[in-house]
Parts: sequence; structure tokens; C-alpha cells
Amino acid sequence: MMLNQFLLLSAFLFGTGIYGVITRKHTVLVLASIELMLVAVNINLVAFGATLNNAVGQVFALFVLAIAAAEVGVGLAIVLLIYRNLRSANPDDVNVLKG
Amino acid sequence: MVAQNVAFWIFAAFMAVGAVRVVTTDNIVHAALWLVLVLAGGAAQFIILGQEFVAWVQVIVYIGAVIVLFLFGIMLTRAPMEAEEKLNNNLRWPGLVAALLFSGTIAWAFIDEWGNDNVALTKPVRTKEVGELIFRGYLVPFEVVGVLLLAALIGAVVMARKD
Repeated sequence: MMLNQFLLLSAFLFGTGIYGVITRKHTVLVLASIELMLVAVNINLVAFGATLNNAVGQVFALFVLAIAAAEVGVGLAIVLLIYRNLRSANPDDVNVLKG
Repeated sequence: MVAQNVAFWIFAAFMAVGAVRVVTTDNIVHAALWLVLVLAGGAAQFIILGQEFVAWVQVIVYIGAVIVLFLFGIMLTRAPMEAEEKLNNNLRWPGLVAALLFSGTIAWAFIDEWGNDNVALTKPVRTKEVGELIFRGYLVPFEVVGVLLLAALIGAVVMARKD
């Protein structure tokens, strides 16, 4: 197996995540797109770890997984607060700081 | 090696379709379910790479916990369960340009730097090696991540409760 095929797959997933973050109108879907990016990063880390034939890539991927779980928890709490205050989950509606 | 390559391309195709559907579908619940496909494909790629522990952690943490959190978030924000209106704003072309620019740049860098490298798998990485590495070389980061998770969970509870 080439190392490149994993790297290109992760590049594609990361680009899709960027597209989703920019274009989605619901905050939960923006968070889902961020998850896509984190999965892409994990594939990268694990592919490099497999190339080096040790477990370091796996350990870093586990750290990324833990951070992702924390991020989703806090992110959804923020989404709920915004929904409770603004009755909307559209990130474009959160514009009280706009001049 | 041939079998692994075939498996890679099959799972990669599933992941690509799933990822595109996550960012384009107009049904918000379907987006979460397409994300399951991408995450499961990622776990399969980890298995192909011989890294089994992180694959099962991905299944348990992502598919088991994070997707359920997403579905709770969808229900608690009373999102439309059926496709009623567009879920994408009018930034399609800027988004596409940004995504293509970024993906193209890092893909070019990958091909330029690691164009000829092979994944030289001799044997799968066992969970024992992962545990030894975490609790020898990466003990302090591991503990920091634990404290961070605790702080994030307490913060989420404090923010989301009604008072």
C-alpha cells in the first residue's frame, strides 16, 4: 500500500469539512463538519504511525479522539444556549456583535 | 497487499460519498447518519493499517457517543426532521474555492514529499504496545487530557442546565 492513498483520502475529507463549515446553516451540522476534519487528521496520524511501524500515531490519534469528544460536548452545550436565547440554531443569526 | 488495496479503495469510496452527503444533504438527521458511514469507514481504514485499538475506540467513542450527542442536539434545537428548507447558505462557491485550495495545497505537498513511500506493515500494532507507550512516554499528556475531558464535561453541564 502506498502511504499517499491514505494522505490523499484525508486531504479530501478535510476539504469536505471546510466546505461544510463554510456553507452549513445549522450549527449542529457545522460541528459535524468539524468532526469530518478531525477524522481526516486521525487517518493522517495513523497512516504515518503505520509507516513508521510503531504505536505513536495511534497514541496521538487517541488524544485527538479525546479532544473531539470534549469539543462536541462543549459545542453542543453552546448550541443549546444559543437556541434557548435566540430561538434559532443558524450561526448567521448570532450577530449581536455586528456593527 | 492486493486485498488490502482493494479494501482500501472500497472503503475510501464509501467515505467520500458519505462525506459529500454530510455537507450537502437537506435532511439534518440523514447528515448525522451519513457521518456514521464516514466514521465507520475511518475505523475500517485503521484496521487495514493494522492499528486495531484506535479503530475500536473510534467505533465506541465516535459512533457510540458523539453521534448520539449529535442526534440529541438535533432534537433539542427542534431542527426540522424532514427536508423543508435548504440547509446550505449561499456561500457555495466561496466554500468550494476554499476547500479546493486547501485540499489541493496539502495534496500537492503530500505527493511532493511522500510520493514514493509505502506503508511497510510487518505486523499489526498490538494494544499492549499502545498501553506501554501511553503510560511510559506520554503519561503527562494523558493525564492532562483526562483533566481536560473532566473540565469540558463539567463546563457543558453548567452551561446547558436551566437555572
